[in-house]
Amino acid sequence: MPQPLDFATLQPVIVLSVWTCVLLLLDVFLIKRKSITAVLTAFGLALTLGLTFMQVGASNDGFSGMVVQDGFSTFINALQLVGGLLGVAVAHAYIKRTGSERGEYYTLLLFSVIGMMLMAQSNDLIMVFIALELLSIPLYVLAAFTRNTESEEAGIKYFLLGAFSTGFVVYGIALVYGATASTNLHEIVAFASSSSPSLLLTIGAALILVGFAFKVAVVPFHMWTPDVYQGAPTAVTAFMSSGAKVAGFAALLRVFSVAFPNISMDMAPVLAAISALTMIVGNIVAVSQTNIKRMLAYSSIAHAGYILMAFVPYGDAQVSADAIASGLFYLVAYMLTNFGAWAVVIALETKSGSGLELSDYSGLAKKYPAIAAAMTIFMLSLIGFPPTLGMVGKFYLFRAALQGGYTTLALIGVITSLVSAFYYLRVIVNMYMREGDPTPARDLWLDLTWSITAIATVVVSLAPQFLFVLASTAVMLK
Amino acid sequence: MLEYVAIALMIVVSTFVALSAIGMGELLGPKKKSKAKDVPYESGMLPYGEGTRRIPVRFYLIAVLFILFDIEVIFFLPWAVVFRQLRIFGLIEMAVFIGILLVGYAYAWKKGALEWE
Repeated sequence: MPQPLDFATLQPVIVLSVWTCVLLLLDVFLIKRKSITAVLTAFGLALTLGLTFMQVGASNDGFSGMVVQDGFSTFINALQLVGGLLGVAVAHAYIKRTGSERGEYYTLLLFSVIGMMLMAQSNDLIMVFIALELLSIPLYVLAAFTRNTESEEAGIKYFLLGAFSTGFVVYGIALVYGATASTNLHEIVAFASSSSPSLLLTIGAALILVGFAFKVAVVPFHMWTPDVYQGAPTAVTAFMSSGAKVAGFAALLRVFSVAFPNISMDMAPVLAAISALTMIVGNIVAVSQTNIKRMLAYSSIAHAGYILMAFVPYGDAQVSADAIASGLFYLVAYMLTNFGAWAVVIALETKSGSGLELSDYSGLAKKYPAIAAAMTIFMLSLIGFPPTLGMVGKFYLFRAALQGGYTTLALIGVITSLVSAFYYLRVIVNMYMREGDPTPARDLWLDLTWSITAIATVVVSLAPQFLFVLASTAVMLK
Repeated sequence: MLEYVAIALMIVVSTFVALSAIGMGELLGPKKKSKAKDVPYESGMLPYGEGTRRIPVRFYLIAVLFILFDIEVIFFLPWAVVFRQLRIFGLIEMAVFIGILLVGYAYAWKKGALEWE
């Protein structure tokens, strides 16, 4: 029977779930103006963020070890809630402008955030599975939200491939259960370290890795990403490209470093190969893109590779703490930069869905210097150029890879970063050195999103130690 | 290991029996074709039109809602079996479960998913 402490571990998630259910009914029965739904959504997210901050310092497991609340989960949850708030901010005017303003947008977004939070708190493979479904299914619906052909195609593609990848996770969980007689992360590691290495466990872990790799979009499980990112409404793309990636990495980091450190010798070469491939393919294919949404999609693939790079030596206890901290740091940097860049893309997208080509950015600096300056900061941060958060984040990731003894990987990372400079700089060149007449949509919340994320990207990078210490103290309960 | 041999033997024998039953009918039975015999079996009704007609999307909506609530009813069964051990906790837990269901039900109702026209 659950004790009060059990509920305390899940308090923010429970509060947000109740709030979402109430909001769903309020929206359909009472609220006529959807702006009110947006405000109430933001209020629920802010309230939950406050509750999450109150959990700082505590660490417990709850509900018979099904969920856990520790520094790691609190860090990820806070990040996801900020992502949810930014997601509402960029969506509000956009869905009104594209004529798809329905209250369900916000409730689906909230359900997805709940899944993402549960993902960070799962301490049992069954919970990982439930959280994965809870975060994915609303995203499938959101991807198809605008009801034009591209959006529907994106939704169905995302759904089919997502369901396929979930199948891998379930099969992996079944094999791990077969090998260790438990789905609890702590019991899996206890069993694995007391018995001889089993092939079944390795295969199970590999299948779970495949499922997560689909979610975070790393090569060779990235095929859906460009089509879905391009076809989905841009506000949804902004939300899912950061939220789903953070959630996927949260689960990957926790499941692998808590449950599978014993088989790190088998997994490390696989992770290294995937990460190298992801950095190379993501960055090189992005060079030939002319559509900004596709370009950012390939860029998001490449960044998943950088984060994975730090995590390759996860079995080495001395290195893994630092690797996880740098991963968390980079996820924050990626979330801020990415949301900012997508906010600018949303601003330039016209009502009919054009304005998404790289050439549409020509002349932006002359007419709207503030937007162009913000976009420049985001592009520089994505390259990893000082003084931005992206540069500091990459520094920590490369350092973690070097500490783990993966010099080649770090080298690939540096070289592919140089390649990436080409296509990111092209946006800047277009904005500053070409003539054109773009007319971005102005909206208070959208303007706030790109300006705040741009300022944060620069300011936090000036004192990165603060954030890194915060990420280092966000440890998992083992 | 020995019990598995028995299972393997059973698979072989049952495959043989099934195949021979079908095969013998095909080999030895008389074949008199007629137009009425080639008609697809529709429970005694005369078939009309193509087999791949367009079906109103409402059927799918109702079907999905049915599956949803049907599966949720299945959760009641194990709950009812262990209800005595769970006591008041089980009752509250099921109330939460049904509460969440009712939210979805109320939403579907208000949205008009249950109306045919």
